[in-house]
Amino acid sequence: MKDFSRKEIDYVLDTAEKLEPVARGEERSRLLDGKIIALLFFEPSTRTRLSFEAATQRLGGQVLNLGSVEASSVMKGENLADTIRVISNYADLIVLRHPLDGSARMAAEFSSVPIINGGDGSLHHPTQTFLDLYTIRRESHLEGLKIAMAGDLKYGRTVHSLCHALSLYGAEITLVSPPELRMPLEIVRDLQKNNIRIRETDSLEKIIGDVEVLYMTRVQRERFPDPEEYEKVKNKLRVTSDLLKNADPSLKILHPLPRVNEISPEVDSTPYACYFEQAFYGVPTRMALLALATGVIE
Amino acid sequence: MKEKRDLKIQAIENGTVIDHIKAGQALNVLRILGISNAFRATISFVMNAPGAAGIKDVVKIEGKELSVEELNRIALISPKATINIIRDFEVVQKNNVVLPSYVEGVVRCINPNCISNSSEPIKSKFSVLQSEEEGVILRCLYCEHVISENIAENLL
Repeated sequence: MKDFSRKEIDYVLDTAEKLEPVARGEERSRLLDGKIIALLFFEPSTRTRLSFEAATQRLGGQVLNLGSVEASSVMKGENLADTIRVISNYADLIVLRHPLDGSARMAAEFSSVPIINGGDGSLHHPTQTFLDLYTIRRESHLEGLKIAMAGDLKYGRTVHSLCHALSLYGAEITLVSPPELRMPLEIVRDLQKNNIRIRETDSLEKIIGDVEVLYMTRVQRERFPDPEEYEKVKNKLRVTSDLLKNADPSLKILHPLPRVNEISPEVDSTPYACYFEQAFYGVPTRMALLALATGVIE
Repeated sequence: MKEKRDLKIQAIENGTVIDHIKAGQALNVLRILGISNAFRATISFVMNAPGAAGIKDVVKIEGKELSVEELNRIALISPKATINIIRDFEVVQKNNVVLPSYVEGVVRCINPNCISNSSEPIKSKFSVLQSEEEGVILRCLYCEHVISENIAENLL
């Protein structure tokens, strides 16, 4: 995500906005007519894969799916470089999700067609960041945003790249997490170097009245050796209608999903809840990225 | 005194002398240059030799002039080393090593989950930066992990 300038991000988001009526099925498009998009997912993923499929089909393109890894040549010991060399002869673009860090960069070295990184290892998930930015722009505003990121800020790759991207827009960022899951210091330092105001806390209650966007993430049980500790943290970082009594009326709550219990179901029907719309915004955002990467939109 | 020193390591007729290597790094210098058993030139080295600026290591490679690109890799582990090209017992060229901006296939990425540590047909690739606080810093071009210490321990 760090490779993108603010101007380039804005261009992707502008393109997504133009394509949104197509994503909603209100308009038809043949932009990807005759194009084949290969989806190589070496890890399970529901939302990312399906939204790429939906984005391709809404634009009139065809999808080539790897299917399950178990039934593919990968199980015969083929390396990723060879798989990419072969598939790039079949398709006009490859979307790759792979468990190893840096796999998308390596794939780009071996591919004769563009690669979109659909998540590599624990590091990057740039299309998620684009859709998060798009959601924020559509539902709130990007410039000088007051945003709180809550939950697992240590391992959560979506919050790391979102923070970097938001720093291009001069955000005020509040980090809400238990001490065990704080944002890595080098990322905090990087953000501060870009003159981003950061404050850290472990309580949602203290900050809920003072933010325009609350970005929730899942706290995973396996991060805690002591189950009691997990229970304590889990309940402290929970969005309920009680908590929202003190919220700014314009607050929007985002979550990359799947959620477990960090957002109580009664919040879903409030005007604050934005996470299902956010999941939809994955479609126009990915449509924009597909159209720009294949060159059908310049 | 001069005679005693000459006994430690003889002058060479033609080749490369790498001087002012950080003490204790001579073997790593050989590794970073890819010098292994298959290398046919005569190599001699001294470790912990007294020099004007404290103790140092020295490596002499006879009959072979290494390329600037190869030699500059030494800057990763010993930024103050100097390179002397010797012809007919004379120093014909003397340079400091210059930190390269990019290295390939020299250092292993410390991230076990990095694609460059898998069985893929690729070499490790790093961009090289120098920071006043942390010295030489390597950033993996695949996974972006940073190596800021113990670079010598991660030589391939």
